[in-house]
Amino acid sequence: MPNDTLLRVEDLFLHFRTAKGSVQAVDGASFDLGFNEAIVVLGESGCGKTSLAKAILRLLPRNVGTYQGKVYLEDVETMALRDEEFREQIRWTKMSLVPQAAMNSLNPVLRVGDQVAEPMIVHYGVDKKEALSQAERMFAQVGVPVDFMHRYAFELSGGMRQRVALAMALVTMPALVVLDEPTSALDVLTQANIFNTLKRIKHDLQISFILITHDIATSSELADRVVVMYAGQIVEVGSSNQVFISPLHPYSKKLLASVPRLRANQDPDFIIGQPPSLLDPPTGCRFAERCPSRFDKCDQEPPTVQSGRSQVKCWLYG
Amino acid sequence: MSVDSNVLNPQEAPAVQRAAGSQNGPLLSINDLHVWYELRKFGFGHAGYVKAVDGVAFDLEYGESVAVVGESGCGKSTLMKTILGLVPVTSGEVIFEGARLSGKNPRELKWYRSQVGYVQQDPYGALPPFMSVRHILSEPMVINGIKDRDKQRERIQRAMEEVKMTPVEDFLAKFPHMLSGGQQQRVVIARAMILDPRLIVADEPVSMLDASVRVEILRLLRGLQASHNLAVIYITHDLSTVRYFSERIFVMYAGNLVEKSPVDELLRDPRHPYTLALLEATPDPDPENLLTFKKVPPGEPPSLIKPPPGCRFHPRCPHMIKDLCDAEVPPDFVISPRHSVACWLFK
Repeated sequence: MPNDTLLRVEDLFLHFRTAKGSVQAVDGASFDLGFNEAIVVLGESGCGKTSLAKAILRLLPRNVGTYQGKVYLEDVETMALRDEEFREQIRWTKMSLVPQAAMNSLNPVLRVGDQVAEPMIVHYGVDKKEALSQAERMFAQVGVPVDFMHRYAFELSGGMRQRVALAMALVTMPALVVLDEPTSALDVLTQANIFNTLKRIKHDLQISFILITHDIATSSELADRVVVMYAGQIVEVGSSNQVFISPLHPYSKKLLASVPRLRANQDPDFIIGQPPSLLDPPTGCRFAERCPSRFDKCDQEPPTVQSGRSQVKCWLYG
Repeated sequence: MSVDSNVLNPQEAPAVQRAAGSQNGPLLSINDLHVWYELRKFGFGHAGYVKAVDGVAFDLEYGESVAVVGESGCGKSTLMKTILGLVPVTSGEVIFEGARLSGKNPRELKWYRSQVGYVQQDPYGALPPFMSVRHILSEPMVINGIKDRDKQRERIQRAMEEVKMTPVEDFLAKFPHMLSGGQQQRVVIARAMILDPRLIVADEPVSMLDASVRVEILRLLRGLQASHNLAVIYITHDLSTVRYFSERIFVMYAGNLVEKSPVDELLRDPRHPYTLALLEATPDPDPENLLTFKKVPPGEPPSLIKPPPGCRFHPRCPHMIKDLCDAEVPPDFVISPRHSVACWLFK
């Protein structure tokens, strides 16, 4: 593994068992993430982007059918670790998560300061005083006034609660933080504020982010590189310059064209049809049915990809 | 479309109301509207008011689409609920086709509600899970006295075709959970259209939908607006969708409309410092965003129980004029015939 790679995901599969059959939520995902790099996973609901995050963090529900592939964090193969080892050595100390709707996932009966300090006590065994002083540093870092530490979650606004959830993920100083839709329920100004904070933190603490979102416009605030997912598969990986300005995969093109723009006089367009069911996805390319550039080969076999810094899963490119 | 299909079962409509519905004046007129919620201490005893809507005025023409843009807690939902007749007016008036909304008897209110369609934010939450699409669409007709089965069937057919859910028969027996998010929102729109309303109130109709479907639903609403000469009030926090959907835009902050303007003019020449802040904070997908920080006004919107005196934006405003902005409420200053702004900078 090259020295500048923090996380490497190779051929990751996550299928769920359901009454109707096996749901192929993540199907052969591969990508790299560098040190102090932010990568955005873009996709629409049901494309498997949250499942991808859960698979990396090994936060899995009970109905997992297939869970295979390789995930390297620096030089540790995390999927080979036992659950207990993973919890002790990786989760929250090396990588942490700001879950979806994190602002509503704070414990209502604990003061927010104690909640932020808790991972320090659990993972590093420090005493409460030291943990609280680390929590205090994190409050300053994410822009929450330090006297808010004594408040309960309901006494804070949505934006402040989101910042507390972020402080909780940062307090142990992990190398990687996964953000799952961090601003989807927030107002425009609050959203802009949080992204300003994330940019500053990325610079100050030199950490990496995986940002999972369906909000294409705001994701460009943080993205160094972009991963586009469709129907459980990664269809394109590229620099933000490439994906936002001249995307290669027909789905990425269509998706970018569907975003209404404030500063360009360009009518947005929608994508006809719906994504396929993940219970029984098509054998060929999963986007073929909705693709304007479809040809015979697309229906016959799935496109192959060269894994790397940039990839396109489309027969148009070989 | 034939004339009689456009009128909701004429026998049901009180004669006075119909006569008042001439096309001369505006469709909807809101004058100095205040909607306050009373706060109670321990369940009794007065503890002040939440002034959710405080002095809102505008006219809406037949067939016009306006967008109300503002952040959560600015009072846009209360304004919408007042227009739908769900929240009582504290003072001021809501006038629909020349008749005041407050003081209507239940029969008149029922007629009024048949003239105003409502498209909810969360389509799945808005559709009863135990009803089939056919049942959902026939319910408003049953309530409003259209009992003839053939007539019901004909209207359902037409509404479903209008929202492009074809072939219609494939969908009628389905339940909401069997439909995709976009299809659910189409059913919600079909339900809002089934009584041929004059006005549609759409509360964030696309915020729960995926990017690729959003534009499709907005276009659909836009098409219905044109073909039915419908007026639409589009409530949203997303400025980027407004230009593709509305003719006029109202920017709302802490219970007031701070700027009213045609959409093009507002984007070309925004005036109110709050409007500027909203525009600045709304991103386009652009890799250049990575390199800059957004300018965001400090602080958060004020409490609507004790709003700041004078202009409500003054504590966050970079151009605050001392002893004016923090003392006197700015009136609407006219920038151009249809563009006005409530800000002392444009005295």
